Amino acid sequence: MDANAEPTRQLVRLRGRSYVAFVFCPAVPIVEWLEEIDATLARSPGFFVGKPVVLDLSAVDLSRPAIAHLVLSLEKRNIRVLGIEGVEAARLTASMPPLLTGGRHCAIQHVQPEKPEVKPPPTSLLLASPVRSGQSIVFPDGDVTVLGSVGSGAEIVAGGSIHIYGTLRGRAMAGVNGNSSARIYCQKIEAELLAIDGFYQTAEELDEALRNRPAQAWLEGEIMRITPLN
Amino acid sequence: MAKVLVVTSGKGGVGKTTSTAAIGAALAQAGQKVVVVDFDVGLRNLDLVMGAERRVVFDLINVVQGVAKLPQALIRDKRLENLWLLPASQTRDKDALTEEGIGRIVDELRTSYDWIICDSPAGIERGATLAMRFADEAIIVTNPEVSSVRDSDRIIGMLDSKTLRAERGERVEKHVLITRYDGARAARGEMLSIEDVLDILATPLLGIIPESQDVLRASNVGSPVTLNNPASTPARAYIDATRRLLGETVAMTVPVERAGLMNRLLGRRAA
Repeated sequence: MDANAEPTRQLVRLRGRSYVAFVFCPAVPIVEWLEEIDATLARSPGFFVGKPVVLDLSAVDLSRPAIAHLVLSLEKRNIRVLGIEGVEAARLTASMPPLLTGGRHCAIQHVQPEKPEVKPPPTSLLLASPVRSGQSIVFPDGDVTVLGSVGSGAEIVAGGSIHIYGTLRGRAMAGVNGNSSARIYCQKIEAELLAIDGFYQTAEELDEALRNRPAQAWLEGEIMRITPLN
Repeated sequence: MAKVLVVTSGKGGVGKTTSTAAIGAALAQAGQKVVVVDFDVGLRNLDLVMGAERRVVFDLINVVQGVAKLPQALIRDKRLENLWLLPASQTRDKDALTEEGIGRIVDELRTSYDWIICDSPAGIERGATLAMRFADEAIIVTNPEVSSVRDSDRIIGMLDSKTLRAERGERVEKHVLITRYDGARAARGEMLSIEDVLDILATPLLGIIPESQDVLRASNVGSPVTLNNPASTPARAYIDATRRLLGETVAMTVPVERAGLMNRLLGRRAA
């Protein structure tokens, strides 16, 4: 090993890089201006996080302690000032952010945080299997479609219409939220009870001629009409 | 691969216990290792129908509570060496059953049996829900009359929602077994037809068991009907159903009880 070897000098390499900084232009009264900042932060708390911020003091005439106080107030809001411009160097102390010159204007692109797509709630419910005795299907937001049958002792409650592609042996209550234009359709009617918007008919009142046929029920004023579908 | 089969119905008196014993015995005769478990705590019957009532020492509740070990409570059938019974307790009630305890017993039985047949009590309360809780397959015993069919529909709904399989998003394989079928009454329109029952329940048919004195006779002597009189109409219907359960294709016949001479002469009463 060569003890006398000169320590190799490494060249300091400097690279240039530019960032877009937010420029704050405080206005008097400073207290109100800070309230504006607070309001912005309340709307989007992370808005200034990680973003370079520069203070442009050209519009105001602040003393050295006033500048120190302003920088401190911003720091309290988690906003760290990268540099200050528009003020003579004499008003700044060593502990303050450095004086910057030569900034150029550029347009700031507002990057909106992507909002999760809000899907409208489903307005229909599809049941692919038969509804069994004792089951209660309640769907106040819209139509209910049943591909199988609705068993005796089962009930379907829907805000909209009810479609049953099997035999309706249980209870069907449509238009429960006051939707009087809701209807009930079924492939075979042996229902225990049909109701639309609170108006109901029980099995006893059903016309025998309708039994075992495809039928629909709807409201005509305050009268429930039940007719065969074909 | 062990299968847990629940025999259930909702309604009482439709033939769950008779069917459990008959199918259990038929499976054992077909070479399967079978245990039948009585879940009707407080109203046990399966031991009587199996003819094991004089040999009960420990029961399901004793095992659930850890008083006895499972092998101590299992009773081996005297006629079939691969048929076992786990009796229910007669002095306790269904509140003594716990899901955790039943789960442990079922897991233990799964390791050494091909079929674990759970004879469910009637109703939809604790006993019935725990009997179906761990089931892989279900036999829904139905009589061809409206009240039984509606109760079965309710039970099918519970099998599709309250079992462990349903909660895991899997299916419990379901079969309808129509029992106490009376061909003559069905012909007169006094019973629901097979088609009506299947239309309402929308579940595949496993078999049709005729109403028969043979069933009653077998129960009275404490022997599953498939063992007591294998040639009788109900026994043959149960054996066919069992073969279907094992995956065989057996043509479905609507059983006709051979009428005796007096019945043929005086079969119908004039209105």
